[in-house]
Amino acid sequence: MRFDRNTFLTLAAMLVFGLILWQSEKFLGDYQIYIAKLIFINIILALSLNLIYGFTGLFSLGHAGFIAIGAYVAAICILPQAQKEMMWILEPIAWPASHIFTPFWVAVLGAGLFAGIFAFFIAVPVLKLGDDYLGMATLAFAEIIRVLIVNATPITNGSLGIKGIPNHSTLIVCYIWALFTLVILARLCYSNFGNILRCIRDNEIAASVMGINVFHYKVLSFCVGAFFAGIGGALLGSHLSTIDPKMFNFLLTFNVLMFVVTGGLGSLTGSILGATIITILLEWLRALEEPMNLGFIELPGIPGMRMVVFSVVLLAIILKRREGIMGTRELTWNRIFAFFSRHKA
Amino acid sequence: MNAANDKAGAILVAENVTMRFGGVTAVSDLSFALRKGAIGGVIGPNGAGKTTVFNVLSGFYTPQEGEITLLGKNIKGLQPYEICKMGMAPTFQNIRLSPQMTVLENIMVGCHVRRHGRWWSAALGLPGFYREERELQAKAAALAEKVNLDKQLGETAGSLPYGAQRRLEIARALATEPALLLLDEPAAGMNPQESIELMRFIGKIRDEFNLSILLIEHDMKVVMGVCEYIWVMEYGALIAEGLPDQVRNNPLVIRAYLGEDVITNA
Amino acid sequence: MGFEMFLQHCFNALTLGSLYALIAIGYTMVYGILRLINFAHGDILMVGAYFIFFGTFAFGWPWGVAAILSILAAGLLGVLIDRVAYRPLRDAPRISALISAIAMSFFIESVAVVVFTGQPRPVQQPAWLTNAWQFGDLRVTHLAAFVPGITIILVCLLLYIVYRTKPGLAMRAISKDIETTRLLGVKVDNIIALTFGLGSALAAAAGIMWALRYPQVHPYMGVMPGLKAFIAAVFGGIGSIEGAVLGGLVIGFVEIMAVAFMPELSSYRDAFAFLILVLVLLVKPTGLLGEKIEEKI
Repeated sequence: MRFDRNTFLTLAAMLVFGLILWQSEKFLGDYQIYIAKLIFINIILALSLNLIYGFTGLFSLGHAGFIAIGAYVAAICILPQAQKEMMWILEPIAWPASHIFTPFWVAVLGAGLFAGIFAFFIAVPVLKLGDDYLGMATLAFAEIIRVLIVNATPITNGSLGIKGIPNHSTLIVCYIWALFTLVILARLCYSNFGNILRCIRDNEIAASVMGINVFHYKVLSFCVGAFFAGIGGALLGSHLSTIDPKMFNFLLTFNVLMFVVTGGLGSLTGSILGATIITILLEWLRALEEPMNLGFIELPGIPGMRMVVFSVVLLAIILKRREGIMGTRELTWNRIFAFFSRHKA
Repeated sequence: MNAANDKAGAILVAENVTMRFGGVTAVSDLSFALRKGAIGGVIGPNGAGKTTVFNVLSGFYTPQEGEITLLGKNIKGLQPYEICKMGMAPTFQNIRLSPQMTVLENIMVGCHVRRHGRWWSAALGLPGFYREERELQAKAAALAEKVNLDKQLGETAGSLPYGAQRRLEIARALATEPALLLLDEPAAGMNPQESIELMRFIGKIRDEFNLSILLIEHDMKVVMGVCEYIWVMEYGALIAEGLPDQVRNNPLVIRAYLGEDVITNA
Repeated sequence: MGFEMFLQHCFNALTLGSLYALIAIGYTMVYGILRLINFAHGDILMVGAYFIFFGTFAFGWPWGVAAILSILAAGLLGVLIDRVAYRPLRDAPRISALISAIAMSFFIESVAVVVFTGQPRPVQQPAWLTNAWQFGDLRVTHLAAFVPGITIILVCLLLYIVYRTKPGLAMRAISKDIETTRLLGVKVDNIIALTFGLGSALAAAAGIMWALRYPQVHPYMGVMPGLKAFIAAVFGGIGSIEGAVLGGLVIGFVEIMAVAFMPELSSYRDAFAFLILVLVLLVKPTGLLGEKIEEKI
C-alpha cells in the first residue's frame, strides 16, 4: 500500500469519526443512536448488494434470505443456553444450536460464513440464468429460505421467532463492521478484480474471451456479497433484539435495493450516501403516520402514508434520475478538493 | 502446397470442421492451417459462414465434426476463457469494451489472465497484491503506448472515437499475451483510408509482438495488402485458397463476390 | 383417500388453477411484448377485488354491473400504470423498468392501505354461488363450476382477439420485433396500452373470483397469487398465452394435490411454487411451450 495524501486523509477521517462516535453517548439521545446504528447496518447491506448487482450486474432479489440466515445464525450463537431452552416452546431446541455460545465477533463472522456458503449452493445452479430470470430465481430462493426457517422449529423456533437477543451491536461495533465491509469491498472493487467484475457486467462475452472464467467470478461476487449481507443480518438481529421469519420478506430486499439504486449502482460511496439518506428519510416519514399538531390545526396520522411517499420517491428516482446520486462515480478526496477549489475561485 | 498452409509449422489447424444448426450447415468440412508468425485471412461474401468460423475458433460453438488445434493442443470443446489462456485472443466485429471504464482499466482486464495472485490477496490487502497490481498497471500503460492511447489513459472508453476504440480492443487482446490474434471484421465501419491505416497497424503489431494473426474479413481489398495467405469461403465451404494474387484472379472467387454475370459478360 | 375426496380436490385445484391462469396471461402478454415482469400485475387483482367489494357492499349495485365496472376500471388502471411508470423507460435498460415495476407495486399496495386500511374485510358471497350440487358424498358448489366456466369464456375471447383481429395481429408482430412493427406504421404505444388493458382486465376478473372464493379482501391479497401466477407463466413458457393457461392449471394442481396427499407438508405449501420455478428455470428456462431465444454473439 502506498501511503500518499489521500490514504492518510481517509485513515484520519475514519479515526476522527470513530472517536466522535465513541463519545457520542454524551451528546446524542437514545433515539439518535438507534438511528445511527441502523444507518451503519443499512450501509453494510447496501454495499453488499452493490457488489452483486452494481459491480457484477447480477440482478439478485434474494438479499433478504441471506440477511435472515445471518440474523438467525448470530442470534443462536449469542443467546445463553438457558434462555434458549426457555424460549423454544413449540419444540425443544436441537443440538448443536442449544449448546453453541460464542463471543459476538465470532457470531457475526459465523453468520457471514453461513450466508456465504448458502449463497454458494444457490449460486451454482441459478447464476447460469440471465437478468430478470435470475432475479425471479433468487427471489424464489429467498422465499424458500423463509419457509424453511418457519419449519425448522427445533433450530429457529419457527414462526414465533427469537426474542431477547443480547444487544451487543453498539454504535462503535456497527461502525467498525461497516468500515470492515467498506475497506474489503473497496479493495476488491478498485483493484483489477473490480475491473473484471465490471467487465462481466458490461459484456460477458468480451470477458470470457479475455480469459476470465466468468462463472467463477460471478459465483465469487455473489458469495462475498452474501457474506456481508449475513454480517449485516447478524448486526440487525442483535440491534432489534427480536427476529421472526416475517421480517425477512421481499420488502427488506426492496429497501436494500432502494439504497443501492438511490446512491448509484456501481458506486460504493453512493451506497453509503443512499443508505444514510433513505434511512433518515424513512424515520422522518414516520411523522406522517402520527398525529401532527401544526399549532392551529390537529392532523390525524395516516397509517400507510409512509410507504406511499417512499414508493413515489423511488419511482421519481428511477424515472427522473436513473443513475442515482453518484452514478458509477465515487466520492474521492480529489473530487472534494476540486469541488472546493472551484467554488473558491 | 504453400508453406503457409503446412501443418508442421502451424499455430492454428482446423481439420474437417463442420458446424450445423438444426438442419442448416453453416460450416462444412473446413480445413486450414495457419503458419506461425503469418497473417492469414478468411474472407467470403455475406452468409459465407465467417462469423460461425469465428465463433467456433474462439470457443463459443463446439463443432459437430472435426478438430481444432492451437499450438499443438486440441481446443475443441474448451470454453472461450480456456482457449484464451492457451494463447488465442479474439476481438469482435461490434466493439465490446466497457464504455464507462477508463482506457487503462479496459486494458487491465486483459492482463488478468496472466495474473498469479488470487482475489483474497486483494480483499486482505497483502503486500504481494499491491506489487502485482502496480505491475499490471505498468504493463497496461506500456500497451496503451504501443497503440497510441497513452495520452487518453484516464478517459472512458466510450468517449473515444471509433478507430481508437478498435485499437483499444486490440491492446486489451494483446494484454492477454496471446500467440495468435483472431480479428473479426476489424475494418467494419471504417472508410478506405482508415482501413489501410488499420492494416498497416496490424502488420506492425505482428512484427513487434511476434504474433500470428488470423483476420476474418468481408472486404477483399482490405485483406489483400496485409495477408500472406487467404482462404475464401462461400456457403460454408472453402472454395479457394492461396496467395493474395492467386486468390484475386481466381474465377471462382470473383463469381462468389460479384455473381454469375460478371464472368459471362467479361 | 376416497374417490369422492379426490374429485373434491380436483375441483378445488381446477378453481385455483383457473385463477392462476387468468393472472398468468397478463404477465405473459406484457413480457412477450416488452420483456418486462410487470410486478404491479398482482396488485391490479387486489384493486379489482376492492372495486367489486365496494360496488356491491357500499353502493349496493347488482353483482353483474359491479363486476363489469370493476373490470373496466382495472383495465384503465393497467393502461395508466403503463403510461406513468413504463412508457418513459422504453429505451432504458430493462432492469430500470423492472425496478419501476416494483416501485409501482409498492405504491399501489400502500395507497390501498391508506385508502382501504390494512384490515382484511369479509366478502359476502351471494347465495347462488354457495349453493351446491350433491352427488353422493361429492359436493360441488356452483362456484367451483362458475370459476372455470368464466375462465374458459374469457380465455376464448382473448384468443379470438389475439389471433383473429387486427390489434391482435399487431400485438403478435410487436412481440416478434417491436422496431420493424413501428416502421410498418403500427401505433406501437397504443397496442402496448391495449395489452396492458386486456391483461389488467383479466387480472381484475381473477381478483373478483378470488374475493368470492376466499371470501375476503385486503391490500396485500394480490402479492402471493401474483408471484405464483408469474411462476405459472414461466412454467408454461413466457410469451405464450396457451402456456400461461397450462402453467396456471399445473401450479394449481400441484399446490392442492401436494397438500392433499401429504398433509404433513401443508406448512411448506408456499414453497412448492417457488421450488417449481427454480426447477423449471434450471431444466428448461424457456418453459414448456416457450420459444427458444438464441443469444447473438
